[in-house]
Amino acid sequence: MTDTTALHYTEEHEWIALDGDIATIGITDYAADKLGDVVFVELPAAGTTVTEGTVVGEIESTKSVGELFAPVSGEVVEANQAVVDSPELVNSDPFGEGWLIKVNASSLPKFLSHAEYRALVGE
Amino acid sequence: MSTPTSSAFDLDAFGRRHIGTSPSDHGLMLAELGYDSLDALMAAAVPTSIRMGEVLNSAIPAAATEREALAELAALAEQNTVRTSMIGLGYYGTVTPSVIQRNVLENPSWYTAYTPYQPEISQGRLEALINFQTMVTDLTGLDTANASMLDEGTAVVEGMLLARRASKSTSNRFIVDADALPQTLALLESRAEAVGIELVVADLVEETDVAAFGEHFGIFVQYPGASGRVWNPASVIAASKAQGGLAVVAADLLALALITSPGELGADVAVGTSQRFGVPMGFGGPHAGYMAVRTGLERQLPGRLVGVSKDAVGAPAYRLTLQAREQHIRREKATSNICTAQVLLAVMASMYAVYHGPRGIRHIAGSTAAKATALAEVLTGYGLTLAHDAYFDTIRVHVPGLAGNIVERARALGVNVWEAGDATVHVAVDETTTAEELSLVAQAFGLPERTEVAIETATLPAVASGELRRTSGYLEHPVFNTHHSETQMMRYLKTLADRDYALDRGMIPLGSCTMKLNAATEMQSVTWPEFANLHPFAPEADVVGTLGLIEQLETWLAEVTGYDTVSLQPNAGSQGELAGLLAIRGYHLANGDTERTVCLIPSSAHGTNAASAVLAGMRVVVVATDELGNVDLGDLRVKIAEHAESLAALMITYPSTHGVYEHEVKDITQAVHDAGGQVYVDGANLNALLGFARFGDFGGDVSHLNLHKTFCIPHGGGGPGVGPVAAKAHLAPYLPGHPMAQRADHSGGVTHDGGPVSAAPYGSPSILPISWAYVRMMGSEGLKQATASAVLAANFVASRLREHFPVLYTGENGLVAHECILDLRPLTAATGVTVDDVAKRLVDYGFHAPTMSFPVAGTLMVEPTESEDLAELERFIEAMVAIKAEADAVAAGEWPVDDNPLVNAPHTAESVIAGEWTHAYTREQAVYPVHSLVRGKYWVPVRRIDQAFGDRNLVCACPPVEAFA
Repeated sequence: MTDTTALHYTEEHEWIALDGDIATIGITDYAADKLGDVVFVELPAAGTTVTEGTVVGEIESTKSVGELFAPVSGEVVEANQAVVDSPELVNSDPFGEGWLIKVNASSLPKFLSHAEYRALVGE
Repeated sequence: MSTPTSSAFDLDAFGRRHIGTSPSDHGLMLAELGYDSLDALMAAAVPTSIRMGEVLNSAIPAAATEREALAELAALAEQNTVRTSMIGLGYYGTVTPSVIQRNVLENPSWYTAYTPYQPEISQGRLEALINFQTMVTDLTGLDTANASMLDEGTAVVEGMLLARRASKSTSNRFIVDADALPQTLALLESRAEAVGIELVVADLVEETDVAAFGEHFGIFVQYPGASGRVWNPASVIAASKAQGGLAVVAADLLALALITSPGELGADVAVGTSQRFGVPMGFGGPHAGYMAVRTGLERQLPGRLVGVSKDAVGAPAYRLTLQAREQHIRREKATSNICTAQVLLAVMASMYAVYHGPRGIRHIAGSTAAKATALAEVLTGYGLTLAHDAYFDTIRVHVPGLAGNIVERARALGVNVWEAGDATVHVAVDETTTAEELSLVAQAFGLPERTEVAIETATLPAVASGELRRTSGYLEHPVFNTHHSETQMMRYLKTLADRDYALDRGMIPLGSCTMKLNAATEMQSVTWPEFANLHPFAPEADVVGTLGLIEQLETWLAEVTGYDTVSLQPNAGSQGELAGLLAIRGYHLANGDTERTVCLIPSSAHGTNAASAVLAGMRVVVVATDELGNVDLGDLRVKIAEHAESLAALMITYPSTHGVYEHEVKDITQAVHDAGGQVYVDGANLNALLGFARFGDFGGDVSHLNLHKTFCIPHGGGGPGVGPVAAKAHLAPYLPGHPMAQRADHSGGVTHDGGPVSAAPYGSPSILPISWAYVRMMGSEGLKQATASAVLAANFVASRLREHFPVLYTGENGLVAHECILDLRPLTAATGVTVDDVAKRLVDYGFHAPTMSFPVAGTLMVEPTESEDLAELERFIEAMVAIKAEADAVAAGEWPVDDNPLVNAPHTAESVIAGEWTHAYTREQAVYPVHSLVRGKYWVPVRRIDQAFGDRNLVCACPPVEAFA
């Protein structure tokens, strides 16, 4: 089990796990629940340079479409092929197997803490 | 009742047939609401500031009876002259099998159904549509087809837009085959300009040096060409793709039975029409266009797509798939603004293929080609030369200086051929062409009278035996190889119809959809040959009756909306929106206001508004709505100030999408005008206004109407639609024109000079008699009574259900307009029962669900319309109250949260008889929750369908028969 209290968060309902410069990025359980059954995930390819705050991918459910914002700037080092093949992982394990991309971050903005994020979503 | 009864309810008036509730019912319903007359109710509901005055010198005659209206229609029909059409250019004679005409086109089980958004009660037409998709993918040699497009011309435009989205090229250039249909060229030009695409029109031949065009995102090829030419575009396609473009090919489905498919030639996208598969020309429409794509482009497809999923017990079931592409979810980022498609016509075309099968289709194609060959041989034997030696059904004959003459001679002999320049006569044959008619054409070219034109069907025509001969199979699925006797076909159509819920079973209370009566008399003339068998480019003298009908309808629609002129060309509401916004764009450009490109759209608007604005080259800026669902006037003023110099338009819906008469609408339109913007009023909710207020009077500059909502054209299970655009005089020059229109003039004595938005000059004229008959039989008084009765019905339902479900928005005096939003969120919070559960449980009670989660998530929007009678309204109220009680039982712990009649709904017959019954509720509670169902049960064919499974495992063609074992 991922320790969700150790993760960083954004107001766009994304979580970030930092390991040195490598940021692993996914969407929160709250976001996955709001989207409903995720059926399609579009992610930037490895090697793509992404800019913080811009839309870099899409998470589509049967009834809505969520945009994936890059929470950091840097180069994508890996996109999660497992989640592209089985989008339901975003619902079943958003903090684990449902991770989306890994980015070699060039700089880190200020994130929300676990407590701040939970307050944001009213939990 | 103190007020006298309206003449709309006289014993011989059509009004009392159309309006379901009687004056005495009105008395009971008004008493429930605390009003003593319909007038008093409407006075309280509709804001005084927008109430219309008396129309002086009304053009709408007093109501005709049904018999009188039919007699007038017959007189109009008699003014048309049906000549044999050999014009072709995308519209051909075809034989509608009688079994299809009677059991589909003239059958309310098919034509009164709604778009299959509730898939459990739409399995019949979803199967018919997946047959359509399979037919299209088979014939085009591509992988996934949608169901369906509005016509061929707009399908080509959508193909171009798809190519731009999907191509990696950053170029704005699109290469267009000069041998494209003329109407397609006109559409491409006007639509490309609005979105900044540069068209390069070029003569394409096998040797064309594609690299010389420079970088481009796509190429368009007409196959066979408009001139009839059959050529191999494979090398051109390959060269375009090699430099990063996508290849879009418009292909004739019948020709594809004989020649190599676009998919095998390398096309990424194939588009076209299915008209000649048994759907009459109808002076231009309606017909189903099609689009198919290769694997990898499915998510780029516009419009509706049927897929296979499974239900709650694992049985295969159909549903609309990948809906997240569509404008109701993705708004301005949607793949297209198309929503209404051409379902009824797609069903007819698919059934034509089911009935004829692959051998029959190949035979029809072969004999068509043989007729063209026979005529060509006679003419060349006479010494004439042809423009092309390789052709399918169309030949072009070189006759310097004589073309006009020959066309006139053919006409005198009863045949319309086409003058393709003063040196060229164009002749297209089809399934219906006879040897005698070919002989008359030969005579027109100067051959002796009664020259024999021998049609040789024993040997393959050249087109089917040459380099491009088709070697791949098609229509091999058993569904195309089973129903070839009429008995079997009749039963197949009945079997499918029995799976569906349409207005012939009960109320379809879909908010914002206006599922009112489509009266039999209104439908009567659709299939009359004088209306059905006209080519859209037939000479004006042949179509005087239909043009007269169109002019009257334009005039009437202008009068009831307070506008100066109307164009009936748009084939759906979405196209009407686009036409209206393009008119606004044209107006600003003509005034030199090139910067005016911002379109303000309230957050509560239908998603199509935003998608249409983008296609009109506008930038969408969202305006907030207040807690009552009205446009937030404060935010509007802020947004207007922010974009003062760049404001093009505001799009609002009136009454609002929340079903409320906003009181500040005049302030809103004034604020936009003061800033130099134009006001677009979406007419989706016109059924709440007709006869009481007019868009043009309270500040609208342009609107679209939905004849398939307010004016009785049936929904056809998801189309056809007609979306006329109505405008003030200053926008008239920018409304859609058409290069082949028989007349330049329109109602109000103006011309429409904008680019076309449909392939045919008058859109879908064969269904316009429906709306004409409605207005003619209701008269102004009847239309007014219909509006008041619709508002009464909505308020009656709201009042009776209010204690069970909160009614979300109301105007002054606590009244709604013609629809009401029931808020299920408190129920969901308290019991876990969702909107989905209630919608599916309504199926068990014998109802189509109201509109779900629009415009507010977690709610149901109910629009009963004026056509439902009081007993049906009571039956619906009874069902909703009973469902609320069931939810309360779940909340009270009487039934488990995960095993109750709501969460398990809908219940099939099989589900209550198979195996041991282990549920917490009884079988009777499952399927006969109210006693009246025992004799009147609609049995749903599948359990609740797994939406996510279908989206994750995309299958859009007929599944193997074993899947249903």
